[in-house]
Amino acid sequence: MAALGCKWDALFVLALASLMLSCKGDDLKKSNDYTESVSGGEQSNPHAVKADDLQQNEADGHEGEERDGGGRQWQPTGVWMGEGPEHGETFTAPPSKDQFQEEMVLRPLHSGDIYASFQFRTQWDTDFLHDGNKASHYRLFPKSLGQVLSKFSVRELHISFTQGYWRTMQWGQPFIPSPPGAELWVWFHHTVMDVDENWKELTNVLSGIFCASLNFIDSTNTVEPSASFKPLGLGNATDHRFLRYATLPREIVCTENLTPWKKLLPCGSKAGLAVLMKSEKLFHSSFHSQAVHIRPICKDWQCTSTSWELRQTLNVVFDLYTSGQGKKEWSLFKMFSRTLTEACPLASSSKVYVDVTDNKGGELFDLTPASPLVSTAVVLGDRRTYSVYDLTKKETFGQLRSLNPLLRWKRESDEMLRPLLHAERYVSGFGLQTGEIHTCIYNNHPYRAYPVLLLDTVPWYLRLYVHTLTVTSKMHENKPSYIHYQPSKDRVRPHLLEMLVQLPPHSVTEVTVQFERALLKWTEYTPDPNHGFYVGSSVISALVPSIVAMDTNSTHERPLFSSFFPTKEESSYFMRVYTEPLLVNLPTPDFSMPYNVICLTCTVVAVGYGSFYNLLTRTFQVDEPSTPLAKRLANVIRRLRGVPLL
Amino acid sequence: MATIEIEKRRGRNAALAIAAMVIVVGIPLWWRTTETYRAWLPFSQIDELDSLQLQLSVEVEVVFSRGTLIPELQKKVPLTETREQKHQVDAKTELHYSYETKYRTATIMEEDALNQPTAQEADLSLHMLSESACGSVVVYIIPETSTLLPEGIKVYVGQRRTALLRTGVFQGRGTLKEVLSAVHPLVKQVVDTMSFSHQDILAALSDRLRVGQASKQSLADSMRAIKSSPGYEITFSLLNPDPKSHRLHWDIEGAVHSYIQPLLDKLIPIANFSVDSQILYYAVLGVNPRFDSSVSAYTLNADSLAHVINPVEARLGSNAASSNPMLNFLLYVPDAQHSPLFIRDHGQKEVTSNAFHSPRWGGIMVYNVNDMYSPMTEFPVDININMTKVMGVFLAQLRLLLGVQKTQPPPDFLLQSPGSAGLSDWELDRLLWSRSVENVATASTTITSLAQLLGQISNIVINDNIAQQVSSAVTSLHAALAELEAGNLALALQYSREAILASERAFFDPSLLHLLYFPDDQKFAIYIPLFLPMCVPIVLSLLKIGSDIRQRRTNKLAKKD
Repeated sequence: MAALGCKWDALFVLALASLMLSCKGDDLKKSNDYTESVSGGEQSNPHAVKADDLQQNEADGHEGEERDGGGRQWQPTGVWMGEGPEHGETFTAPPSKDQFQEEMVLRPLHSGDIYASFQFRTQWDTDFLHDGNKASHYRLFPKSLGQVLSKFSVRELHISFTQGYWRTMQWGQPFIPSPPGAELWVWFHHTVMDVDENWKELTNVLSGIFCASLNFIDSTNTVEPSASFKPLGLGNATDHRFLRYATLPREIVCTENLTPWKKLLPCGSKAGLAVLMKSEKLFHSSFHSQAVHIRPICKDWQCTSTSWELRQTLNVVFDLYTSGQGKKEWSLFKMFSRTLTEACPLASSSKVYVDVTDNKGGELFDLTPASPLVSTAVVLGDRRTYSVYDLTKKETFGQLRSLNPLLRWKRESDEMLRPLLHAERYVSGFGLQTGEIHTCIYNNHPYRAYPVLLLDTVPWYLRLYVHTLTVTSKMHENKPSYIHYQPSKDRVRPHLLEMLVQLPPHSVTEVTVQFERALLKWTEYTPDPNHGFYVGSSVISALVPSIVAMDTNSTHERPLFSSFFPTKEESSYFMRVYTEPLLVNLPTPDFSMPYNVICLTCTVVAVGYGSFYNLLTRTFQVDEPSTPLAKRLANVIRRLRGVPLL
Repeated sequence: MATIEIEKRRGRNAALAIAAMVIVVGIPLWWRTTETYRAWLPFSQIDELDSLQLQLSVEVEVVFSRGTLIPELQKKVPLTETREQKHQVDAKTELHYSYETKYRTATIMEEDALNQPTAQEADLSLHMLSESACGSVVVYIIPETSTLLPEGIKVYVGQRRTALLRTGVFQGRGTLKEVLSAVHPLVKQVVDTMSFSHQDILAALSDRLRVGQASKQSLADSMRAIKSSPGYEITFSLLNPDPKSHRLHWDIEGAVHSYIQPLLDKLIPIANFSVDSQILYYAVLGVNPRFDSSVSAYTLNADSLAHVINPVEARLGSNAASSNPMLNFLLYVPDAQHSPLFIRDHGQKEVTSNAFHSPRWGGIMVYNVNDMYSPMTEFPVDININMTKVMGVFLAQLRLLLGVQKTQPPPDFLLQSPGSAGLSDWELDRLLWSRSVENVATASTTITSLAQLLGQISNIVINDNIAQQVSSAVTSLHAALAELEAGNLALALQYSREAILASERAFFDPSLLHLLYFPDDQKFAIYIPLFLPMCVPIVLSLLKIGSDIRQRRTNKLAKKD
C-alpha cells in the first residue's frame, strides 16, 4: 500500500510540476491557478486517505502508519464513534425543519392569451438574524440567499425582473404585480448601523447572484418611501429609514437571469413544475416576470417562533397570435413544449390549478383531462373556481404517465369586467426645455370611493416644479390628504413624491406636474442618449373594495343571514398597480463637439496669437518710397529722348 | 539708423519676453494642470525588500535526564550555544537559520514525569510542568535503559512541543564538547521534523524562486495546499442525484462540532474559517461510471476523475458574502441505478476510502448506500449517513489542503497521533513557520511588482490611501522579518498576515486602473492645434536672435582685428 502511495505521489508531483511550469509564467501576479488545477486535466489525485486506516486503532502498528505519512498517522476520536446505523436497520427520519411547495395556475385571459403563474415556496424554521445560532447548514433553502440574508441583516427582500408590461385593461389583475425592468425593495433589520452601506453591498452581491445590472442601483435611484411599501412579513417595522426601494426600468431580462433563478430551486429544473421552464418558450411571450420574495413569517398559529419564507414566482403571458398561431386552444405542450411527468420529490405539495370560473357548465371551453378536484377561493376580490391537478398522486398522470391539460374553446368569451383600479402615465409638452408628467388613475367602481397611495420617483435630471402639482377628479380639484415630498439633489438623490388621494367613484383622477430638463455633463450620458432616459413606473397601492362585496344581490350561494353586512375579509383587498415607465428625451449634445471645440478654439487662438506676435516682434523702419511704375517708364523715355528726368 | 537699431532691439526684447513668459509661466502651468497625482512611495525600502534576507531563529532546549551525563559534565551545564547555517538560495534570496540551543539537566519534577510508564503519559505530564513558547522545541535525552520507548525507536515526538531522545550514556567519552557534538546531529533531525527543514522553507518561498530549487515532494505539498489567505470558507456539500429513491439525512451540525471545529480552533492563529453545508439534489458527476461485472459494481478510473467535478462545480456556488477562497468537500451518494460505485487507482485497485482530492479545491468522497436496504425495499428509503466515517476522510483531506505537511521522519522516529484536536502543537508550528515565510515571500513580491509597475507606467494616479497601504505593508514586512529573526513565531505570522493584506489591497485597488489606458496619440491630437502654431514662431525668433548675436560677435572680432 505504501509503495502504491509513493507511485501516486510521483505522478502527482509530475502533473503539478508541469502545471507549475505552465502557469508560473511571468512576474505580474496571480492568475487564479487553483481553478485551473480543478478543471485542467490530471490533477485530481486518487491518493487518498484510507478511512479504514483512520478508524484503525493506533495500537496496532505505528510503524506502518508512519511510513504512510501525514494523512493516516492519527485518528479522529469523536464523541460518538461508530454510532451509525447497522446495515438494514430501519431508520426513522427526524422531522425536517424546512419544507417546499410548488404550484402553477393557468388562467385563460379574455383577450385569448393565457397566463401561467408559478409559485415555489420554501419555508425554513430558523433565524438568520440572531448571532447566537448562526444558520449555516442548508437543506432546501438556497445557501447563497441565506448567506446574503445573514450577512446584511435583511429582514425582508423583494426582487423582481420583468420583461414587458402587464396590460391591466386586457388581462385583469396579475397575482403578483411587478414593474417593467428590475425592482428591488428591502427592509433591513433595525440593528443595522449603516443602512446605505449595507444596501450598496447588497445590490452588488445580488447583481452577482442574479446576473443582473443591479449594481447600477446607487443613491440617485434609491428612495425611502414613507408609506407605500410596508413589510409583508412579521414585525411592525414602520421606521422607513430601514427601507430601501429602487427600480431599474431599463433592465432587460433574459435567459441569463432565469438560469440563476432556477438554480435556487431545490429540484433545479430537473423535476417538478420547473421542467416547464425552458427559456426558448418563456421568453417568446408578451410578458415575463420572475421574482424572489423573502420574508419572516410565523411558524405556527401562536406565533411563538418565526420561520423564513422564500417565494419564487414566475409569471408569463403567452400571446394568442405569436405562441398560439391564432387558435384559441392551449395546452401545456403548446405553451412550454414540455409536459409534466412527476412532482418534485422534495415538495410536500405540488399542484396545477386551472381557472374555470368563466366556464360554468363547460359552455365556454373544454378542459381535458377533466379533474375531479375543484377548489374555490376569493382571489383579488373575486370568487374564482379552479380545477386542481395534484401531482403527488399517481392517477393524475393517467396511462400516458404525463399530464398535459388542454383547453379548447367552443365559442367567443364574453366581455371582461373592467378592472376596478388601473392607471396610465404619459409625458406631454414640446421642445427640450420643459414638459409635464400626467398620471391618470381610473376608479371603475360604480359607487364606492376609496383612497390610493401614489408613489412617484423621478430622477434628478427632470427638475419637478412642485408648485405646478395638480390633482383633479371630475373637473374639480382633489386635494390629497397626505403629501410626502423629498426634493432631489443633483447627482445625489431623486425626487420622491408620495400622496394619498381619494378617488371618487367611477372617475378618472389626473395628477400632473411640470418639469424642466436638466443638461447633463457629457460623461453622464448613456451610450445611446438619443434613445431617451427612463423614468420608473409610478406605484399605486390601494385597498380596493372587492367585487364579491359589490355583488350584494347574490343570495343563491350563501344563506341570507350571512350576507347582510359585508364580511371584513372579503370586503376589500390590497392591490398594487404599476404604470408604464416613461421615456423622456433630454437635450443631447453632439458628442464629437468637445474635440471640435478644442480644435477650433486652438486654431483661432493660434491665428490671433501669431499676428499679435508678429506685430510685437517685427522691426518697423521707414522705407524709401519707391517711384511709381508710370514715373519710371516716363523717365526711361525721357532718358532716351535726352530730356531731364522727372 | 539709430531708430532702426532701437526698433530692432524692441522686437528682440518682445520676442525674448514672450519666450520667457512661456517658459516661466506657461510650461509650469501646463505641467501642473496636467500632472497626475502620485503620492510618495518608499521606493528605496521596497528595493531593499527585493533582495530578501530571511533569518529564522529556533529556540531549542536540550534536557539531559538522570543517567545520561557523568557527574563531572553535569556541573558544566547549563550552557547556551548558537549554531548558524547560511544558504544562498539565489541571487536575491538568502536564508539564515540560527538554532539557539540551551543545554541543561532535568529538574526533579521532570525526572518524575519521565518515570511515567508510557511515553504518552510522560509527554502529558511534561506539558503540565511547563508550557513552551510557540515555535520552540524541547528535547529530553533519556538513557538507553529507559523503557518509555518501544524497541527500535530512538525518538518519540509527542503531541506538544517536546520530544524524547534515547541515546547511549556518554560515560567514557571525554569533554562536554564532544558529548554535545555527538548529540547534535540527532537533535538537528528532531528539530527539522518538529519545526522546519530547509526543503519546507524553499517550498514556502516558491513564489520567489524559479522551479527546481525546492524538492519535488515539498513543492507538491505546497502546491496542494491552498494559498495563504486571511480566511477560508469551508463548505460541505451532500450531493444526492436521486432524491426519488434516497432520502438522505446527515447530522452535519454535530459532525462539524465534534470533528472539524477542534481543528479549526487550533488553526485560529493562521486564518479565520467559516463552515457551512448544503444539500444539492439532482447533482450528477460529469463522468458516466462503467459497470464492472467482475465485482458487480460501477467503477470510476483515476484518469477520469479530473472530469468529475466540472458539472457539479457550477451548482456549488461561491459564498456571495465574502471573497475568501473556498474549500469544497463533497459527499456523493450514487443513485440507486448506479451503485455501488468505486474509485479505482492507476493500478486498477479499489481505493479503500473511496475518496479523492483535488489540489487547492477540495475533496470528494463517494458514499455507497446500496447495502443499507434490501432490493425489495420500497423507494424512497430513509438513510442516515455515518458521519464518523465521512468526517475521518474529510478531516484528512482538510489537513492536506491546509498544508499540514507530510513529514518524513527517519525510520526510528515515532510520531504521536494528534488526538482529538486533529493537530499537534509542533505540526501547528511547522505550519506557522512555512506560512509566515510564504506570506513574507508573497507580500514582498506583491509590493516589489507593484512598485515596478508604478515605476513603469507613469500616468497611473497613486492616491494617498495606496501609499498608506504600501508603507504599512512595508513596515509590517520589516516587523515580520524582525520577529522571525527573534524567533517570535506567533507575532511574525501576525505581521506577515498584515503585510499580505495591505499589499494585496494596494495592488488590487481599483483607483490604479483609472487613467491607465489614456493613449498618447489622443493627447497629441488635442495638443497639436494649439502648441504647434504657438511654438513655431517663438522657436524661430529665438533662433534668429541667436544667429544675430553670433553675427554681431563675428563682426566685432573682425573690427578688432
